[in-house]
Amino acid sequence: MTPLQLIFLFTGAAILISAVMVVVAHNLVHAALWLVVSLFGVAVLFVLLEAGFLAAVQVVLYIGAIAILIIFAIMLTRRVMQDSGPQTNQQWWLSALIAVALFVALLWTLSQVAYPLANVPVPESYLITLGRSFVDPNQYALPFEVASVLLLVALIGSIVIAGEKGK
Amino acid sequence: MIPLSWYLTLAAALFCIGLYGVLARKNAVAILMGIELMLNAVNIKLLDFWHYLTPTTVSGQMFAIIVFVVAASEAAVGLALIISIYRRRNTVVAEEIDLMKW
Repeated sequence: MTPLQLIFLFTGAAILISAVMVVVAHNLVHAALWLVVSLFGVAVLFVLLEAGFLAAVQVVLYIGAIAILIIFAIMLTRRVMQDSGPQTNQQWWLSALIAVALFVALLWTLSQVAYPLANVPVPESYLITLGRSFVDPNQYALPFEVASVLLLVALIGSIVIAGEKGK
Repeated sequence: MIPLSWYLTLAAALFCIGLYGVLARKNAVAILMGIELMLNAVNIKLLDFWHYLTPTTVSGQMFAIIVFVVAASEAAVGLALIISIYRRRNTVVAEEIDLMKW
């Protein structure tokens, strides 16, 4: 048991416990706060995978933007669904069955594959390579531009959808 | 060194928990939270394959970044739709939202 493995086990347990709390919590605000814990655990995993830039993006984008957006939406729509009564539909047992079956199937499939492990360390300058490939027309310049247009369209669209109609 | 299979198992479990949330929850915002969990599980998988199989290329990270962008757009549009439905129909329960026009 190396220290890294211990950190992984602690983080993994935290992620899974808080993820279960997200889907079973009665109070939706509590569910959103558990979601923040889970997302933060995923950021720690990204650090363990030597993807420090994406860990920072995870904290800034998921925890800083998406989680806050979800908490806002919960607080704006909370009146109709007070935290009394069941929060799951009648097919929850079927959903649990499907989820467990998919987990078993995924584990079986993943154990069947022989992964061609590279066994080389992540290069020190991977972040520079990543940044260059964003603007290199032969690599990822087009996906980068498409992604930015997608974000712009999504944000304008959500303003149009959620905005008050002219009264 | 952490074995690759640990990451894969964790990501599979996280994905299935998110799937349960999407299928079983009544509240539309809670369904969106389940989708966020599933997207995170996919991101863990992309990044651990990048780290263990092709660390010298950037394609794995690029996939993860595109997933981030799509997740942000999905959250913004999804929550806008939910707020709009709440204004018109006064409900956020997914099974009550079954009319195209009110």
